[in-house]
Amino acid sequence: MTSNLEPVRIDLADVKRTLASRRQRPQVAPARAPAWATQDVAEALAGMPDRRDLLIEYLHALQDRHGALTTPHLHALADRMRLAPVEVYEVATFYHHFEVVKASDEARPARDPRPVIRVCEGLACTLAGAASLHDALAEALQGKARVAHAPCVGRCETAPVAVVHQNAIPHATIEAVSAAVQSGQLHASVPPCIGLQTYLDEGGYQVWQSCHQGARSPESILVAMEQAGLRGLGGAGFPVGRKWRSVRGEPAPRLMAVNIDEGEPGTFKDRWYLERDPHRFLEGMLIAAWVVGVDAIYVYLRDEYHGCRASLAREWAALKNHPGMGPLPHLELRRGAGAYICGEESAMIESIEGHRGMPRLRPPYVAQVGLFGRPTLEHNYETLHWVRDIVERGADWFASHGRHGRHGLRSFSVSGRVASPGMKVAPAGITLRELVDEHCGGMAPGHALYAYLPGGASGGIFPASLADVPLDFDTLQPHGGFIGSAAVMVLSQHDRAVDAARNLMKFFEDESCGQCTPCRSGTTKVRALIATNTWDRALLQQLSQVMRDASICGLGQAAPNPVDSVLRYFAHELDAGAAHA
Amino acid sequence: MPDIDFTLDGRALQAREGDTIWAAAARHGVDIPHLCHTQGLAPEGNCRACVVEVQGERTLTASCCRAVTAGMHVQSQSDRAVAAQSMVVSMLASDAGQASAIHAKDSELTRWSAKLGITKLPARATVAPDLSHPAIAVNMDACIQCTRCLRACRDVQVNDVIGLAGRGAHARIVFDAEALLGDSTCVGCGECVQACPTGALMPAHQVGLATVDRVVPSVCPYCGVGCQLNWHVGPAKAGHDVIQFVTGRDGPANHGRLCVKGRYGHDYVRHHERLTAPLIRRANVAKNPDDIDRFKRGELQLSDLFREATWDEALDFAAQGLRGLRDAASPGAPSRLAGLGSAKGSNEEAYLFQKLVRTGLETHNVDHCTRLCHASSVAALLEGIGSGAVSNPVQDVEHAELIFLIGANPTSNHPVAASFIKNAIRRGSQLVLCDPRATPLSRLATWHLAFKPDTDVAMLNALLHVIVTEGLVDQAFVAQRVEGFEALARSVAHTTPEAMAPICGIDADTLRAVARAFAKAKSAMILWGMGVSQHVHGTDNARCLIALSLVTGQIGRRGTGLHPLRGQNNVQGASDAGLIPMMLPNYLPVSDRDKCEAIEALWGKALPQQAGLTVVEIMHAAARGDIQGMVIEGENPAMSDPDLGHARHALARLNHLVVQDIFPTETAVLADVVLPGSAFAEKWGTVTNTDRLIQMGRPALSPPGQARQDLWIIEQLGRRLGLPWRYWPMPSAATSDAPADGHEANESAVSQVYEEMRQTMPPLAGVPWSRLLRDHAVVTPAPLEDAPGHAVVFTQDFPKPNGRAVLVPASYLAGPEAHSPRFPLTLATGRVLEHWHTGSMTRRAAALDTIAPQARLSMHELDAQARGIQDGDWVSVQSRHGSVTVAVEISSAMKAGEVFLPFAYWESAANHLTGDAVDPFGKIPGFKVTAVQVTPQHP
Repeated sequence: MTSNLEPVRIDLADVKRTLASRRQRPQVAPARAPAWATQDVAEALAGMPDRRDLLIEYLHALQDRHGALTTPHLHALADRMRLAPVEVYEVATFYHHFEVVKASDEARPARDPRPVIRVCEGLACTLAGAASLHDALAEALQGKARVAHAPCVGRCETAPVAVVHQNAIPHATIEAVSAAVQSGQLHASVPPCIGLQTYLDEGGYQVWQSCHQGARSPESILVAMEQAGLRGLGGAGFPVGRKWRSVRGEPAPRLMAVNIDEGEPGTFKDRWYLERDPHRFLEGMLIAAWVVGVDAIYVYLRDEYHGCRASLAREWAALKNHPGMGPLPHLELRRGAGAYICGEESAMIESIEGHRGMPRLRPPYVAQVGLFGRPTLEHNYETLHWVRDIVERGADWFASHGRHGRHGLRSFSVSGRVASPGMKVAPAGITLRELVDEHCGGMAPGHALYAYLPGGASGGIFPASLADVPLDFDTLQPHGGFIGSAAVMVLSQHDRAVDAARNLMKFFEDESCGQCTPCRSGTTKVRALIATNTWDRALLQQLSQVMRDASICGLGQAAPNPVDSVLRYFAHELDAGAAHA
Repeated sequence: MPDIDFTLDGRALQAREGDTIWAAAARHGVDIPHLCHTQGLAPEGNCRACVVEVQGERTLTASCCRAVTAGMHVQSQSDRAVAAQSMVVSMLASDAGQASAIHAKDSELTRWSAKLGITKLPARATVAPDLSHPAIAVNMDACIQCTRCLRACRDVQVNDVIGLAGRGAHARIVFDAEALLGDSTCVGCGECVQACPTGALMPAHQVGLATVDRVVPSVCPYCGVGCQLNWHVGPAKAGHDVIQFVTGRDGPANHGRLCVKGRYGHDYVRHHERLTAPLIRRANVAKNPDDIDRFKRGELQLSDLFREATWDEALDFAAQGLRGLRDAASPGAPSRLAGLGSAKGSNEEAYLFQKLVRTGLETHNVDHCTRLCHASSVAALLEGIGSGAVSNPVQDVEHAELIFLIGANPTSNHPVAASFIKNAIRRGSQLVLCDPRATPLSRLATWHLAFKPDTDVAMLNALLHVIVTEGLVDQAFVAQRVEGFEALARSVAHTTPEAMAPICGIDADTLRAVARAFAKAKSAMILWGMGVSQHVHGTDNARCLIALSLVTGQIGRRGTGLHPLRGQNNVQGASDAGLIPMMLPNYLPVSDRDKCEAIEALWGKALPQQAGLTVVEIMHAAARGDIQGMVIEGENPAMSDPDLGHARHALARLNHLVVQDIFPTETAVLADVVLPGSAFAEKWGTVTNTDRLIQMGRPALSPPGQARQDLWIIEQLGRRLGLPWRYWPMPSAATSDAPADGHEANESAVSQVYEEMRQTMPPLAGVPWSRLLRDHAVVTPAPLEDAPGHAVVFTQDFPKPNGRAVLVPASYLAGPEAHSPRFPLTLATGRVLEHWHTGSMTRRAAALDTIAPQARLSMHELDAQARGIQDGDWVSVQSRHGSVTVAVEISSAMKAGEVFLPFAYWESAANHLTGDAVDPFGKIPGFKVTAVQVTPQHP
């Protein structure tokens, strides 16, 4: 036969290679997970309800049991949830705390017996020598543990911190960490907080009782919040009364989400309160839920706070079982999985729904379309902590605090080069100098104030010359910063703002969710551009502007703050003249 | 809705309700930069290239996501907006621009980069390409994480293969749990490739960079969904035009979507095995059915069997043999001739071919593969509601609260239709999937009824029993529009769920729940496939489905009705055009003297009054020697018919077999003369899809060698059989670019046949050729030229004498393929995603045959273990009718006791196993149930 036809397009060698290297696609339907993985999943999830939104809880249950998440386990979980494998895989790989291990279907891989030690590389811990601690631990515990870096673990007042599996070691030394590894102390102790009975004995839950029993009206509570001037203390500072009124005006069913994903580097106030006085928060939460009329509350707790998780669960159970507490709403305690971005309100909602923690575009706002598509009241822990006191002691009591024309109380998480770091309740509007001198015992010996971060990683870096500016919402913007969650990190003459900026930029790069270009690509580009001592000021300013202007959420919008601060206040640390190229 | 007044870049403009800023701007001619946003995908707003300034807002906003509100002041061209847009594009260009320029031609990324100008930024680390997939190249260096591919895979096609894993700078597009694409569950639909704006996902082997001279809009030649596509045609290295690549068109049936066959399965047209010259069997070579396998294995060359001939010689020879048999018959004796046409051809070819058989061979012995597909469905539908076509288009699932899908695996066989079903489920529709196998849709089903094979009637009667006894009947509908309810009610009185459960294997509670859900749904639509029809009880199965829809009033509205999913691209049209032995075009029974008169007048010939023989009957007659001559155009009965041993023997016994095809098929090996025809991409012609949508096919290429247009060949045979046909222009009248030797496509000839056919078909009254040329597609019936056709029919009455549908009760009976200790397993045959029918096209499409090169017998783990068989082992499968050798695939989708074998592979031809017992009404064989044994093959 004659033929002038073009031969087939595919290279035969290619075809053979492809055929030799893989199994032919299943001809009826994709293969299901192997039986052993299906069995493991069934055992790990025993007693848990079947719900799509519990995916992250399931992943925790599996990993807690098997030390890691193998790909056959993820496949089996997908089968069970009637999801596609990729839908589980992409969630598991989003969160730092899930260790996804590729494995064959043949058999369950052996569990790595070595505990993971996470050495905090937050700014306070870095100032306290975390980098050398990491390297020394890796050297000393070779073969006995896996040593990794971790973003700020929220224990800056005890820097440096290393977490042995789930056991945080304060003021970590090689000896203390080795001892924990040696003795198998892998789990957190439950903090000795004020229990239900003590709280009740001291007058607790009387405000709550007066609310649901009708002695107080929702309106009276709303007015109290407004008159006290209470604002959201997670960082955004949205007026609480206004938020409650707005969600209350949305159609039922309404939901509430509580953000205890305290991840802003330098911030530890929520944990501080939670370790000591959880019922004050629970009472505030109940009052808020009652005023707004919500059906269910989802509490999203930072995964690192293992001890607090146990105590909060215990105290809520005690409360539920206590007779005469009135109608308590449905509450679910959800466990984060290592993602700073989930402190962003809409990312947290995504995470509670069992998805990757990617912020949503707004509008619509979560007050209108939030958790599971319902109007949602979202609050930071500390905001609710103050509710009982404001109602009980009156709005004036709260508003009467304050300095330099500001009103209210703030909980400052102070760390770095001060004599006595820790959580300091101080009047709003206090200056850095006053805060350090009056609350922190002054600077640490041998350290003089050089710079400070007024609001965690995102709030900018201020020079000592701004130590007399009142610290509060709205007062720092003119200087290129903000108070955020009031995490104050103090630097001395031994530190450099440039180093701090590099530390923070790396944090933002690691913690960007990756959704939008300005943040995903921008943090990487900026981190690369500030690695040398010759900064391209014009280019960095352009990048900073697009990140501020065009990022979806606050992470990307605030991420350039440290770099902008260096350019504005610390250019002298860079090669002379280079910053002005 | 009133327009919304807003201001864009200082101009007072109007937006429509629901418009985003981007859409409103585009409408007014302002093209705001955009990469993650594209038509057809839900806006995500992640790339941020489209940010604009909205007065009063602190940050910029993504114009693709933000709705315009009244009085909004928007700046898309301000310094601030433009700085952000161009810096965003600069970031993406520094990440992916260089790779994009290499892998794609004129990508959206490189286009916007050029337009906005780029600021140089640090580059991103590179990653290795993933070239593991035969059809799709993955170059993640060019990826900008815009998730268009993810949304295409997840939201549009709902294949759920692509995801976004990792976080931040490590956020990356993955397949399954980060598998290589070729190892993943990817079904190769290519929707992601079509969606990708950078070239990170491209057709393999750089065909995306190939030169394209012209783009030809046409229709996919594979399944009955009828996807519109564009063939991108250009010169191959050797200089001949080829189809370089294919993109989906926004047709009514596909909205731009395609499947792996439609996107990557067109290179068969230029396969080196194409027939390029007429062939005549060598005088000394006898017909031997065993030659088929010898030829397929390469032990025998085509030239060993045939010699080349000129067209005149071959056509004369072909016609002479047929004429001799026709003229030798004594008056009144049954004809010794038969013709098999093809549902793969156009309407015009089907029409002219049946006219050739009826007026040239003077017999109604004309049929095609509809007999093997939906003949039983059509028999039941004609009997019950007076029309064999669907009542509602597939896309009506969008309006269905409940979708009842039985005996169909659309993710393999109607992939684009399946995507609309999956879309509906994601939007909240419930799916009832009735299939013994756990096909991919079972993951999304509310109920998966994995009933025992061939117990459809028992299961469906149980549903009818619940509906009748629990007061769920739509009394008003039945009273007004249905006859025979009392008989049906009596017939299902005893078919309680409890009584039927042991027969069908579905528990009574589930049967009750499904029956209630179906009856109570605001709208419930039934779709079915060969799993219902290819049974010796196929007609009864379909009768039950019709009853289900009639007694609940779930027909005649949007989102309801009956939809037998048509297999071939033109099986609806071929049947409409009369390519069936008992009916003339438009379903005129040949026995109806009065109605046939007009056609006899048009054709100038009196026609016999007895219906002709069907496919299986023709084979039996041939085996007996009663049929001695056949003309087979585009069909491959030596692969597709049941009991292949018998069918091949029958074909070999023919005195004179004329085969017209594009490839040397199994059937062609047994021919006396082989006429090389044209592929779909080489000709004009209309095809009618499963939705009754008639669409225009256009030529993209010239046929190879001396291959000719099929319509021309049919005309030439007709003329040589004494018919005065002259559809094809005479050489003198031919223009220079359309020589009249029948080689090149010729629109005038095809349109003439179409217009003649249209005279016999009232549903096409409003669809002249010119309308099809203009609109590409018209849904039928379309009685008026200036109005759209009727997508949903039976809204007022049924096409029965009194306008009322008729219920026909059916009773469960066991089939002939009973299990025995010798044959303890139940075999179902069917298709796989990558292969079409007998594989004559797709086995010659390189990407498709690379993805699925080998038949496997799918089998449950327990059955394999019991026989000492492991995945990949070779086994022998035996039935009462024959045996084949095949490799085993252990599959969790199978139930114990049931096995599955696709019939596209000549190496393990499944129809060696099937029996030829047929349904008494539809005459369809029971392909779906064969008792078999499986034994390991020890090397």
